[in-house]
Amino acid sequence: MSYIPHTEAERQQMLSAIGVTTIEDLFDAVPASHRFPDLNLPEPLSEMEIAAEMQALAEANEHAGDFVLFRGAGAYHHFIPSVVNHMLMRGEFYTAYTPYQPEVSQGTLQAVFEYQSMMCALTGMDAANASHYDGATSLAEAVTVALDATRGKRNKIILSHAINPQYRAVLRTYHQGRDLKIVGDNGHADIPDLIDMLDDNTAMLAVSYPNFFGQIDDLKQLADKVHEVGALLVMVVNPMALSLFKSPGALGADIVVGEGQPLGVPLSFGGPYLGFFAVKEKYVRKIPGRIIGETTDSTGKRAFVMTLRPREQDIRREKASSNICTNQGLMALAAAIYLSLMGKNGLRQVGELNYHKAHYAAREIDELNGFSVDFSKPFFNEFMVKCPMPVQQINDRLINEGIIGGYDLEKDYKHLKNTMLLCVTEMNIRDEIDALVDVLREVK
Amino acid sequence: MDAPQTIEKTNALEPLIYEISTPGRIGVNLPKCDVPESDLPTELMRDDLKLPEVSEMQVVRHFVRLSQLNHAIDTGFYPLGSCTMKYNPKINEDMARLPGFALLHPLTDTAGTQGALALMYDLQTWLAEIAGFAGVSLVPAAGAQGEFAGILMIRKYHLDRGDAQRTKILVPNSAHGTNPATVTMAGMEVIELPSDSDGNVDLDALKTVCTGELANQIAGMMITVPSTLGLFESHILEVVEAVHEAGGLMYMDGANMNALMGVVKPGELGFDVMHYNLHKTFSTPHGGGGPGCGAVGVAERLMDYRPGPVVEIIEPDDDAPLYGLVEPPKTIGKLKAFWGNFGMHIRAYAYIRAYGASGLKDVTRHAVLNANYVRAMLKDTYHLPYPRICGHEFVMEGRFSDVEDIHALDISKRLMDYGIHPPTNYFPLIVKEALLIEPTETETKQTLDEFINVMKTIAREAHETPDLLHEAPHVTPVRRLDEVKAAKQLVLCCAPVMKSH
Repeated sequence: MSYIPHTEAERQQMLSAIGVTTIEDLFDAVPASHRFPDLNLPEPLSEMEIAAEMQALAEANEHAGDFVLFRGAGAYHHFIPSVVNHMLMRGEFYTAYTPYQPEVSQGTLQAVFEYQSMMCALTGMDAANASHYDGATSLAEAVTVALDATRGKRNKIILSHAINPQYRAVLRTYHQGRDLKIVGDNGHADIPDLIDMLDDNTAMLAVSYPNFFGQIDDLKQLADKVHEVGALLVMVVNPMALSLFKSPGALGADIVVGEGQPLGVPLSFGGPYLGFFAVKEKYVRKIPGRIIGETTDSTGKRAFVMTLRPREQDIRREKASSNICTNQGLMALAAAIYLSLMGKNGLRQVGELNYHKAHYAAREIDELNGFSVDFSKPFFNEFMVKCPMPVQQINDRLINEGIIGGYDLEKDYKHLKNTMLLCVTEMNIRDEIDALVDVLREVK
Repeated sequence: MDAPQTIEKTNALEPLIYEISTPGRIGVNLPKCDVPESDLPTELMRDDLKLPEVSEMQVVRHFVRLSQLNHAIDTGFYPLGSCTMKYNPKINEDMARLPGFALLHPLTDTAGTQGALALMYDLQTWLAEIAGFAGVSLVPAAGAQGEFAGILMIRKYHLDRGDAQRTKILVPNSAHGTNPATVTMAGMEVIELPSDSDGNVDLDALKTVCTGELANQIAGMMITVPSTLGLFESHILEVVEAVHEAGGLMYMDGANMNALMGVVKPGELGFDVMHYNLHKTFSTPHGGGGPGCGAVGVAERLMDYRPGPVVEIIEPDDDAPLYGLVEPPKTIGKLKAFWGNFGMHIRAYAYIRAYGASGLKDVTRHAVLNANYVRAMLKDTYHLPYPRICGHEFVMEGRFSDVEDIHALDISKRLMDYGIHPPTNYFPLIVKEALLIEPTETETKQTLDEFINVMKTIAREAHETPDLLHEAPHVTPVRRLDEVKAAKQLVLCCAPVMKSH
């Protein structure tokens, strides 16, 4: 087997150095009754055969290479410059471990430091960590910070129903062992209704920006109201929308979390993605997960290192605030490279392309008989379309035309019948949008 | 913004991306807008986006130069105990980047995801077979999340049976830090167990707890097999039996599965739940700190509690069954958005496909052979606290009885001068000055011999020229860092960003 390099002669030399006769002798401590079971697995394949088999599996999928995609709802198809993948393919990056040994890990450490910086710039916050598993787990970990920041004396968590339903589900999974009151998301409470729920038992209030329906809510008064009762404002954001819209920092957020996938990470059927986590300065020492800081080496040279380590599980063990260990290092690197390439002006351009194309599509669809677009709030690149029939029926029509239509909101929100969440990004050229509109026009 | 010329810049390995920024520069070429433009909502918009402005080539040189500052499996030996730094096959990377996988939206209708679901279904089946479990969930994103899933399953199992008082989890003192941290996260309590002089769980202490007044509060036990010392727990069946008799469930930390494939199936030893580290045993790359995958395998009684969704056949058909994503009936819930780190599932699939049953057994045999060879060759130079046959890794002490003031850290740093990544040090906590060495099966005998020679050289240096070790590393991009300063001054982002607040 090509990944195991030993020759028979070497095996014998090694066994004799150890002082045993066969490799099997090395397993005497394993209970004999259970030693060396059969493994019922398919026969091994050559590299050529693996590639052929997996290519067939890949091509059995309806993917954005073959289909025109208008679906987002938490995962977004954006342009990824070639440079991103070329850099990620460097073995020096992707075959390295977590940078526990800083002298031989400055590449990863500096890249993640730059990632943290760019996430601070995007979110308007003071510090960001080296990443979490995804946007959903970042939100779940934000709860822990809020409980800690309110000294464990409060247990009420207010969630907007317009946060990604999957994120809210993950938050509940994470905290099922805790005595929490999670409120706000079982109906369709809007921002003013959430404000009414604030009290002196509230540890945090979380909203989504843009919300799951693509809309930008009016958040001007929110931070003041949340802070009046001593709670934390957590914002779940789509980082791509921050190319255009006011930063969460400017809106008074204490913790900003979200899914970094739009920043240079492919769809990949839902993972691996990138959970980002950024805070105001006063919460820096409560951040869960790894964080990179600047320092100097013994000769005075600038260098980077994992810092605030005493918060982490390998040192604090059962007293750690989180068990997080592995993060999404390579995805954070992807985001750092992506944001470097885009820069200040490129990201703004991408944001505008998303905005203009989504609004063009929205206007065109709104004019169709039987369809109406929700223009009640400003939106970025996703919007709600009320359809004349169940969304699934429309999507079944669209797929025959090579188009993957919007997300069926009724799956998560029973009151949103026949409501499609459509996403239009810079990847959708005008011809594709027009084709979508043409098919919808014929839907009856 | 202006490119700030800081003092550090002249004294840096590589400037920060912000330090090479020039206003007006851009690193991408984007299409023109091909639709009529709409009015932007000016009152909602920002004008403070502090991102760097650099050209494409500047970006390439910057990140290539950064990459060159890393030690990686692709550049050299990486005997980092408990991390299984084996070769990451290149074909796996290509497979993960096939458009049919990389460009697949997670919310695509089931009919359009059959290739991906078939892959996940097979991987679930194979992982269950390898470890002897009834079923698997691929959802957990990392080992720590797999542990969390396991403990939540154990918790919910007891709650459903009306055993709400079972809130305590037994954890050996040799355990990885994630184990106790996980227990706390799940709202449960740790009972720490001592180890005996052979490095096993102290069986008497365990039996005392399992038959004592706390017995009916025991929810379960977390144990690593082979232990974090690299040793097969010789009375593992008695451990499992003691906990089961007390009514607890057994969690196995599968971080060390590289020592077990084709050797023993944890499910057959009586374990109820275990996480696999696809980024260790099954060769998915560590990525400089993730992403990983901590899939969990469970015995029959926990099948319904698995984190969802799992892939099942929803319409049987001999030729083309229909696969679907299904939530187990009593699931502990969702652990992350969507269905797990699919990119890692692809790589692990390719890996298992390349080896098959006989190959995976060979992986373990050679991982254990390599570890024992290095152990045997170093046992007269370094003190081995547990001088017996080891699994895929072994622990030795990074100190010498006849030299004062040489620590595991000094030996670790000196190894870097020889182009070798240090072993895991100061873990497990129960060994003084621990060096945990895991060569993995993909290393040649020549590499191992070179490492053995370097370790012997360093031992000699420790005696003859100890300052060489104290001041090491000497030839790395940077020398030892001032970690206290990092924690004190707390500079966590580049200056231009900080100034904007």
